[in-house]
Amino acid sequence: MNSLILSVGARFLTGLFLLFSLFVLLRGHNSPGGGFIGGLIGAAGFVLYSFAAGVEDARRALRVDPRAIGVWGMAIAVLSGLASALAGLDPFTGLWLILADLALSTVLVFDIGVYLAVFGAILTLVFALEETV
Amino acid sequence: MSWVLALPILIPFVTAVLAFLLRGSRMGDLASVAGAVVSLAAAVLLVAVVLDRGVVAGQVGGWQAPYGITLVADHLSAAMVLITAIIGLAVAVWSLAEIGPESSRLGYHALFQSLLGGVTGAFLTGDLFNLYVWFEVLLISSFGLLVIGGRKQAIDGAVKYVTLNLIATVLFLAGAGLLYGATGTLNMADLRGAVAASPDQGLMTLIAMMLMVAFGMKAAVFPLFFWLPASYHTPHYAVSAVFAGLLTKVGVYALMRVFTLIFVGDIGYTHEILLWVSLLTMLTGVLGAAAQSDFRKILSFHIISQIGYMVLGLALMTPLAVMGAVFYLLHHIIVKTNLFLIAGVSRRLTGSSDLYAIGGLYRSAPLLAALFIIPAFSLAGFPPLSGFWAKFVIVRASLDLGEWLVAGVALLVGLLTIFSMTKIWAEAFWKAHPEGRQPALADLPPSARWQMMVPIIALAVMTVAIGAFPSAFLDFATKGAEQLLDPAAYVAAVLGEARR
Amino acid sequence: METLVACLAGFLVSMAIWLMLSGNLMRFLFGLLLLSNGVNLAILAAGRLTPGAPPLLGTSGALPPDTMANALPQALLLTAIVIGFGLFAFALALTIRAYRSFGHLEVDRMRSAEPAEDS
Repeated sequence: MNSLILSVGARFLTGLFLLFSLFVLLRGHNSPGGGFIGGLIGAAGFVLYSFAAGVEDARRALRVDPRAIGVWGMAIAVLSGLASALAGLDPFTGLWLILADLALSTVLVFDIGVYLAVFGAILTLVFALEETV
Repeated sequence: MSWVLALPILIPFVTAVLAFLLRGSRMGDLASVAGAVVSLAAAVLLVAVVLDRGVVAGQVGGWQAPYGITLVADHLSAAMVLITAIIGLAVAVWSLAEIGPESSRLGYHALFQSLLGGVTGAFLTGDLFNLYVWFEVLLISSFGLLVIGGRKQAIDGAVKYVTLNLIATVLFLAGAGLLYGATGTLNMADLRGAVAASPDQGLMTLIAMMLMVAFGMKAAVFPLFFWLPASYHTPHYAVSAVFAGLLTKVGVYALMRVFTLIFVGDIGYTHEILLWVSLLTMLTGVLGAAAQSDFRKILSFHIISQIGYMVLGLALMTPLAVMGAVFYLLHHIIVKTNLFLIAGVSRRLTGSSDLYAIGGLYRSAPLLAALFIIPAFSLAGFPPLSGFWAKFVIVRASLDLGEWLVAGVALLVGLLTIFSMTKIWAEAFWKAHPEGRQPALADLPPSARWQMMVPIIALAVMTVAIGAFPSAFLDFATKGAEQLLDPAAYVAAVLGEARR
Repeated sequence: METLVACLAGFLVSMAIWLMLSGNLMRFLFGLLLLSNGVNLAILAAGRLTPGAPPLLGTSGALPPDTMANALPQALLLTAIVIGFGLFAFALALTIRAYRSFGHLEVDRMRSAEPAEDS
């Protein structure tokens, strides 16, 4: 697409989208947000970039094959579910590690997995569609 | 306890991740086989636990039923999980010989394992919406597997498969959503009480019919089966073998689960429809097969007619009939997968699947011919093979009810099945090859030979073993049918004794 | 409000069926998209449209106010939308492949898997 406004704007917007997607991911546990919607927002950033600069450039900017991102996301989500076996609890039970004010949990790890899985899957689909059209 | 239930689902997905990361290399192919072996071990463990303790249930994430996602295994579920693992291992080994590096690089093994994971999840879940999610997982994987060959024919088959299955999916979703709106729960054990207590039984029957159409489409019953013969003969043989064995059976399993556990309020209406559907399914399937001349197309139509027998057992709803349906389901998966694998070997040897263009296999590959006879006669219901007992029980159950027409149709369809099997036998095995070729098993490279023949021999041995020692399997199926018809133990395992 | 949404869902479904009866694969897909949206709306309506606070604990575990929105239908919907999106994207990609290999999208003329008897 040959639009100067889009191609200049996309460079800034993609970064902004990614930052905002991380914010949404991390606030997800106690407020509206989470890995799924975060992954969508992050993917939207790269989709915008691919519209402006072409799929090839977007793939290069991503550096990693989006399919691999998706599969690693799935792996992380499954592993976070398996972690509760070590504590002798049911699968996918949340485990919490409270460090002063910071609460870390396997739930967050699961959400990060979801984020990556959604991010990778959406980009795989959109890139493939853009390349075939 | 939850872990015994969760492992058979988790292992295929972990294997899928490994197979994807190692895709294209020999390690990736072997990871798939290794994962299938581990899955089989987990399934055996599950069956052992179920045999020991009866129905077992577990809650994912520690959220109590009916609020969280429940995993449940009774005799039927556990047996289905075990069969899925057996088929998974057999086809994973067989795939080594058929799936080339190109399909492997595209992620064949990862898709195959996630298909198995989806099927296992559907068998083990105790939550209607979760069942929907597993249906989707296996559907998406099956879409991928269907087009991975990439031939024009496969695209054509996939168009029909995808569109019709998507409609079924949306119907299932609508039914589940309305059921939630009407009862406020989606846990299947909880739904049993909630549906029975609902003041609006007409609405419940309406929802039951929506789910019947949705599952019926997945199970390929009359008149919703058109996607099956349009697509099952187009992909790789390994893919159509696992589809033939498992996919439609997930639909049958869902029908059996929902119409014994949840919707039993108006049996005179719902099960009467199932009865007519099953008779027409049996007849159209077997007549459709008689008109075909392609190895895989004949087998595809026979899937439809055999689905009729299972639905028939469910429709009659007596302990003996449901036992027959359970036994039929288990025996059929093994036999049908095996027939597709044999079709694959025959295609590999003769270079075609058109029955008029091949032949001579009896003379040149007698082992394959002998191995074909076992599942083919079992499918038609010859004693002493497994199919004889399956058909015998169902026909006996319909005679007990005085349903002469039903028993007559069941026997007639058995006869017509023999006709089709004889046709394959005469054309592919008995007559000489039209071009005078002598396709022998020795033509295959040694590694491909054992990769293809060992799974076929193993499945054939199972067919013979079930037929020769039916009492243990019939006892197991009887126990499964008892649990289906009186789900008190199922409900108690999920919701706890208090709410029984 | 529920009545209105239910009527809208019905309208979407009727439009969808009209589109899906077409022999053109693209129109069929649009129909399918409308159909799944109609069903999603129906699920939302079936879960009752209650205005209220999100059912989440406040800071330091404070309980939310009494009137909470029903979160489950929304969770179901979200799942259904995601799955629907994935399936639709696949169907779209398949349609492009089909158009490439057949040169048209008329389903009645796609006979390479099931050739007519006389041809």
